[in-house]
Amino acid sequence: MPILQKILVRLGSSALMLIAVSIVAFIIVSLPPGDFADSYAASKISSGETVTLAEIEAIRRQFGLDKPLYLQYFKWIGGMVQGDFGFSWGYSRPVTEVIGERLPMTILIATGTLLFTYITAIPLGIYSALRQYSVADYTFTILGYIGLATPNFLLALLLMFGATTWFGVSVGGLFSLEYQDAAWSMGRFWDLLTHIWVPIIVLGTAGTAFQLRIMRATLLEELNKMYVTAARATGLSEFKMILKYPVRLALNPIVSTLGWELTTVISGAPIIGLVLSLPDTGPMFINALKSQDMFLAGAMMLIYCILVMIGSFISDILLMIVDPRVRMGAST
Amino acid sequence: MSQINPAQNQPPLQNQENVVAAKKAKSIRRLDLATSRQLMWYKFKRHKLAMIGTGIIFLFLLMSIFPEFISSTKPQLRDPSYSSGPPTGIHIFDEDWQPHWPFIYGHKMQRHPVTLRKMVVLDTENRVPIEFFVRGEAYEFLGFIPANLHMFGTTDTQIHIFGTDKLGRDIFTRTIYATRISISIGIIGVLAAFFIGLAIGGLAGLKGGWVDNVIMRLIEFIRSIPSLPLWLGLAASLPREWSATTVYVVVTLILAALGWTTLARRVRSKLLTLQNEDFIQAARLAGCSNYRLVTKHMLPSFMSYLIVDLTVAFPYILLAETSLSFLGLGMREPMVSWGVLLFSAQNVTALAHTPWLLIPGGFILVIVIAFNFFGDGMRDAADPYSK
Repeated sequence: MPILQKILVRLGSSALMLIAVSIVAFIIVSLPPGDFADSYAASKISSGETVTLAEIEAIRRQFGLDKPLYLQYFKWIGGMVQGDFGFSWGYSRPVTEVIGERLPMTILIATGTLLFTYITAIPLGIYSALRQYSVADYTFTILGYIGLATPNFLLALLLMFGATTWFGVSVGGLFSLEYQDAAWSMGRFWDLLTHIWVPIIVLGTAGTAFQLRIMRATLLEELNKMYVTAARATGLSEFKMILKYPVRLALNPIVSTLGWELTTVISGAPIIGLVLSLPDTGPMFINALKSQDMFLAGAMMLIYCILVMIGSFISDILLMIVDPRVRMGAST
Repeated sequence: MSQINPAQNQPPLQNQENVVAAKKAKSIRRLDLATSRQLMWYKFKRHKLAMIGTGIIFLFLLMSIFPEFISSTKPQLRDPSYSSGPPTGIHIFDEDWQPHWPFIYGHKMQRHPVTLRKMVVLDTENRVPIEFFVRGEAYEFLGFIPANLHMFGTTDTQIHIFGTDKLGRDIFTRTIYATRISISIGIIGVLAAFFIGLAIGGLAGLKGGWVDNVIMRLIEFIRSIPSLPLWLGLAASLPREWSATTVYVVVTLILAALGWTTLARRVRSKLLTLQNEDFIQAARLAGCSNYRLVTKHMLPSFMSYLIVDLTVAFPYILLAETSLSFLGLGMREPMVSWGVLLFSAQNVTALAHTPWLLIPGGFILVIVIAFNFFGDGMRDAADPYSK
C-alpha cells in the first residue's frame, strides 16, 4: 500500500515539525525582556497603587515564571496536550476561550479566500492561454502585475477609502451593528456574506494573479505538445479535448502550490484583520504580541502553523488524486 | 515615387540587398563573438517592460541618494500654518484664466464656520510662483558637503505637493526621504540573504551527507512557517527603548534571516548537478583546489540565476518591511520608511479626511511593479544561449 505508507510518513514528519514549531513559537514569545509580572506591576503603579516585591514574586510563582525556560516550555506544552492553552493576561480569560470564539472566522476567511482564488484563477488562466495575446489576455496580465505588486493592506486601505468616499458605506468588520452580538439566523448569515467578500478579495487578489499566471504558462506549454494534436485528431470537440487532456496536466502545479497558497493567506490575514477590524484572530494576535501576552501569542502562532500544515497535507493528498505518477510513488 | 523609372531603380535596390546581407552577416558574427555578458544584455534589451522597469528603478535609486536635494524641506520640519493640509495644486492659469509661470496659491488657517474644525483655506489673491534650484533648508550633500540647494520650492510660503500630515510635516519630503530607508533595507536585506544563502547552500551542496540533510530539513521547516506571524513575533520582541538605528539594522537582519532559503536551495541544487559536468571533472583532474573549483568554475556558471533570485526577492523584503512598519513593529520615527508613513493612514477617519496620506503607497506599488518587470527581463536574459 504505497499510498497509505506515504500518508503515514507524511503524518509522522508533520508531528516532528509540530514539535519544532512549538519550541520556536515558545522561544519567540519569551524573547522580550521582562515578563508579565513586571508589566503587571508597572500598570498597577501607574494607576496609583503600590505593589510590593513580595506580590510580584507571588505572581511569578503563580504563573511559574520563576522556573527555568525549559521547564516553562514543558509546562506550557503539557497543558496544551490536555487542551489547556494557558491564561491570557490581556483578556483575563483562558486562551482557549479567547481563540475559540475567533478561530472559526479566520478559518472561514481563509477557506473563502482559497475558493475565490481557484474559482477565478483557473477559468481565467485557461481563457488567457487559449486566447493568447487577445485584449482579455493582456488585461489579465496587467491586472495580474498590479495585483501581485499591491501589498494586501494597501489594497484594504484603498477599498475602505473608495467605499467610504464614493459609496458612503463602511466596509470594516464582518457584521453590521445590529447583528454584532445577535444569535445565528438567516439574517445574520446574509449579513456576514455581504461583509466577508471584502477581506476575501483583499487576501485573494495576489494569489489569484499568481495562480492565473501559472495556469496560463503551463497550459500554453502543454498546448504545444504532440498528444494535444493527437487528441484533436481523434475528433473530440475542442472544448472537451482541452478540458480532458492539457488542462488536467496543467492543474498539477496549481494543486501542488495549494499548501503554499494557504501559507500566504494565513500570513497575510492578521494584518488585514487589523486594518478592516475583523472579529477574527488577526487583531488579537497582533495585540497579544505587542502587549507580551505570551501564552495567547504563542498559542496563536502555533495554530497558524498547524493550519498551514493541514493545508499542505491536504494539498499533498489532492496531488496524489490528480496525478497518478505521484500516487504510484514515482519521484516527480 | 511611381514616376521613377524602374530601370533606374535597379542598381540601388541591389545595393540595398547587399547592405542587408552584409548587416545580417555582421549581426551573426556579432552574436557569435559576443561574450555571454553581451548576449545577456542583448536579450535583456529586447524585453521592453524590463527596460522600463530598469528606468524606474534607476529613478528611485537617484531619489534615495539625493533626497535632500529633491525634496523641498526636511522630513521632521513642521509647517504649523498648514497641518493636515491637502496637496497644493500647481496652477498655470489664475482665476481669470490668465496664464502664468507655474504657481501655487498661498493659504491661511481658518475655523470651519459650523464645526469649528481648523481648516486650510486657499488665498487666491496671493500667487506664489514655483522656483527651481532655490536656496532653502541647509543639509549635508552626500552626508558631508554642506549645501542648501533644492530642486524646487517657493520663497514666501511652503509648497506641499503631496499635502501635509497632522503635524504639518510635508508628505512629499517624507516620502522621498522614506525612499532611502525603504530601498536601502531592501538592498541590504537582499545582500545579507544572498551571503547567508550562498554560505549555507554551498555548505549543503559541497559537504553533502548529514550536513546536507540537516540543512534541507531546516529550510523546509522555515518555509513551512507562515512568514508574517514569525516576522511579527520577532519584531515585537525588540526592546522598545532601542534607538531607531539599532532597530533599522536588526529589522533588516530579521528580514534577511528568513529570506535566504530560496537562494540556499538554488545554490545547493546547482552545486550538486555541476559535480558531474565534464568541465568540472576536467578542472578537478587538472588539480584545482576545492576553493578554486567553486569560486572560479562553479559559481560563475550559475551566478546569473542567483541574480535573478535576488531581484525576485527584493520586492518581498520591501513589502515585508512595509507591513512590519505599517503595524508599528518595524521602523520608528525619526527613521521614516514608506510603511511608517502609511501607519498614520490606518483608520477610516484619517482616510476620509486626509486621503493624501495614501500617496506613499503609490510609490511602493510602482517600485514593486518595476522590480517584477526587471526580474522578468533578468530571467529571460539569465540563459542567453536558449534561442
